[in-house]
Amino acid sequence: MIRVQREDFDVGREIEALTRGKTGIGGVASFVGLMRDVAGDTRVTAMTLEHYPGMTERELERIEAEACTRWPLIASLVIHRYGRMEPGDRIVLVITASAHRAAAFEACEFLMDYLKTKAPFWKQEETPDGLRWVDADYRDDEAVSRWKTD
Amino acid sequence: MKLLYFAWLRSKIGTAEEQLDPPAGVTDVAALIEWLKSRGPRFADALNNPKAVRVAVNQTYVPWSHPVKPGDEVALFPPVTGG
Repeated sequence: MIRVQREDFDVGREIEALTRGKTGIGGVASFVGLMRDVAGDTRVTAMTLEHYPGMTERELERIEAEACTRWPLIASLVIHRYGRMEPGDRIVLVITASAHRAAAFEACEFLMDYLKTKAPFWKQEETPDGLRWVDADYRDDEAVSRWKTD
Repeated sequence: MKLLYFAWLRSKIGTAEEQLDPPAGVTDVAALIEWLKSRGPRFADALNNPKAVRVAVNQTYVPWSHPVKPGDEVALFPPVTGG
């Protein structure tokens, strides 16, 4: 399942809702991305996430489907927020559940690496020097390249 | 053809969305971008670095060699920075 929303989410409630009744699950991995108050040496006071409605959902669904072909997941959830956020706010949640932990851990990392390089979101930071668009990080491309299969 | 611009491409171009009718010779993404650059300094500036422009046609990533046709939704945007 994927959700793109402005509102915050409750991690515990989402894990509970996703896994309830699915008693074949033996391991649940989750990742929560938070808004940091610093970028390099610059203080960041707030951030606005813009996205491409329609394509965002399609990309997230595609990435989740790919994870399901690679690992035996029993349940998965990706929530990504958009709009204005302040330091400490939750931005993204990935939950993966499987019979054993290895698949859950790996699929969770895979989903995060892929969504960071493919899902059409863009961050604009508010800093003491004004607004600035965040540049893509080459390390995200390196992170995703380890999942490539030829 | 519906054109969409996001993030700093939108800021530089000055609009988020427009309906355009490119000339008949514009049959792929590369030609479309060349034509857009000829529309004024804002476009020329925003699109001047090919490495910084990602393209989606009908909400799917495509290379610059991908064909475009009337009725397509073409989005131009910088490398993504979500997560």
